[in-house]
Amino acid sequence: MPLSPERANHAAEEVFAAFAVAVRAAGVPVTLDRSQAFLRAAATVGADHQSTTYWAGRATLCGSHDDLDRYDQVFAAWFSGESPRPGAPREAARKIQQADLGEGDGDGEGDEPDQTALRVAASSTEVLRHRDVADLSSAERAALGALFETLRPRAPRRLSSRRRPARRGDVDARRTLREQLRRGGEPVRLELRRRTTRCRRVVVLVDVSGSMSPYADSLLRWAHTMSSVNRQGTEVFTVGTRLTRVTAAMRLRDGDAAVSAAGQAVPDWSGGTRLGEALQVFLDRWGQRGVARGAVVVIMSDGWERGDSSLLGEQMRRLARLAHRVVWVNPHVGKAGYAPVQSGIVAALPFVDDLVAGHSMATFERVLEVVADA
Amino acid sequence: MQVVTSAADLAERLSQTGYLVDEGLATIGYLALAMQRPLLLEGEPGTGKTALAEAVAEGLGLRLIRLQCHEGIDASQALYDWDFARQILHLRTVEATRGDEAIDQAEIEKSLFDERFLLSRPIVQALRESPVVLLIDEIDRADDEFEAFLLEVLSTNQVTIPEYGTITAVTPPVVILTSNRTREVHDALKRRCLYHWVDHPGLQRETEIVRRRLPGVSHQLAEQVARATSRLRDRGDLVKPPGVAETLDWASALHTLGAADLDLEMAAITLGAVLKYREDAQRVRASLDKLLSH
Repeated sequence: MPLSPERANHAAEEVFAAFAVAVRAAGVPVTLDRSQAFLRAAATVGADHQSTTYWAGRATLCGSHDDLDRYDQVFAAWFSGESPRPGAPREAARKIQQADLGEGDGDGEGDEPDQTALRVAASSTEVLRHRDVADLSSAERAALGALFETLRPRAPRRLSSRRRPARRGDVDARRTLREQLRRGGEPVRLELRRRTTRCRRVVVLVDVSGSMSPYADSLLRWAHTMSSVNRQGTEVFTVGTRLTRVTAAMRLRDGDAAVSAAGQAVPDWSGGTRLGEALQVFLDRWGQRGVARGAVVVIMSDGWERGDSSLLGEQMRRLARLAHRVVWVNPHVGKAGYAPVQSGIVAALPFVDDLVAGHSMATFERVLEVVADA
Repeated sequence: MQVVTSAADLAERLSQTGYLVDEGLATIGYLALAMQRPLLLEGEPGTGKTALAEAVAEGLGLRLIRLQCHEGIDASQALYDWDFARQILHLRTVEATRGDEAIDQAEIEKSLFDERFLLSRPIVQALRESPVVLLIDEIDRADDEFEAFLLEVLSTNQVTIPEYGTITAVTPPVVILTSNRTREVHDALKRRCLYHWVDHPGLQRETEIVRRRLPGVSHQLAEQVARATSRLRDRGDLVKPPGVAETLDWASALHTLGAADLDLEMAAITLGAVLKYREDAQRVRASLDKLLSH
């Protein structure tokens, strides 16, 4: 299909340059060199056919799978024709940041029949550090924020393939030769090197459903603390009726700002939980591709799973095979009267390496240690 | 190197090697050649990203040099290394034969970092032997730092070796990068490349691919296999939906067993060729008849 006549009246180049601007306005990060590349590409393939212009623009202006949808829309509007790419609109792009878990009533009621009983049974030590964060007044909660700042997190480490000079290890041929050369060819001693370590990736999945709402803020603060020591290697997701990636929010320096930014990104605070489905979405979209591989995965949830928990069991089995270590943080563990009998946790338990408590500052510190030593 | 004159010309050459492209990939491939820009291909595993590089090399009559990326890959594995054992031997020889003459440090050093001790790894090899097709496979597996090594190569087609000098390609190599998108490639690298997302082919094209790649397979069998795999992809509940590579494996397995068409029994025993996870196989086995219905 040739371009419509009123467009063709303009010099083609002007139209294309304006199109690149329109694509940028739609939110695709088009830099100057990208739009120049587009002009060259369009000139190379010729402007006789709309579809060649389409492909030329797509290859040069887009840099990621997420850009394709927006590009298509602008192209269709600009050249007032359909984009020639066959197939349905790209559903995956929409799911990047936020993955829908499908239909289903997501209200939190009935999720936690014994919640009140557990709260009453909770120990009440004098020190704030040992107080259950669910029972704190708002002033005490504010003080808790300051306590998080005093934590000294460490990232878990793993061996890297990089090497550096060391006193023991393998022979470093390059440095040995250099040293020998410096001494006029006299072999003096062997220079050695050994493998270094790197931060191991940490993935935190925080349950923000109704039954977890007294703890969700503090758990996100914990995730922020972990993220502060291993910025590139920490991925944080919230789980409720949806799975939401809040990694970017967690990279903000200020803890309170990070938690409130995450709060704005999460649409399903205090809803229901569908842990099994959420975990499946996580593994399909992120985990299996590499995010969970060799990582320490921290799941922060009370394990209340509505209905059938066989899906959760199945997904936990998948996760356990991908991850280096799976840590389950449960605010109710260690409280009087708690036993891991809820269907969700029963299904998950065989695939969990550490089941630890997470309801007070003291226990959060302990979780940091468990993760660092994983 | 043969000159490609248009997108259709490229598509034709690739099709002769048994690789079928759609209009989008043909246009972008042609642009990459005409503009001498690297091509960054992203897509699900098994959609034929690596195979494209092989087909381009074959179609243009060029040699393919492949660099498989992995975690911790560094310059000595991707660009160049020095042959230290031979350098040390050389040093000892010079020493033993020099007699009473004073040793000239600069002279020896020059002779040590000579071309004969330089080991070319894939990238330097590609620059020296160009025109070639350089495939940088699964760039997402390498660390972020490694991408920095590539920037100089991809934008100027040269590598600077401190002890030796700069190696420049006379003709720029055709560079194809692939990524399974386990992590986002850095923007600085993306800006130097043309970008294409490779999708699974449609039913018709996939049938055609099976026929081209496996000439012995009947049209009927090829179509049945292509339809079944495309249904598997549409299910949405599989851990690993099959790619084109799996379709070919499956068709080849059936053909080896002498199957004329894909019936229940044959599908059941060859399912391992297309589904590589136990959970997936169990799920599909339960509803195998639905998968094969017309």
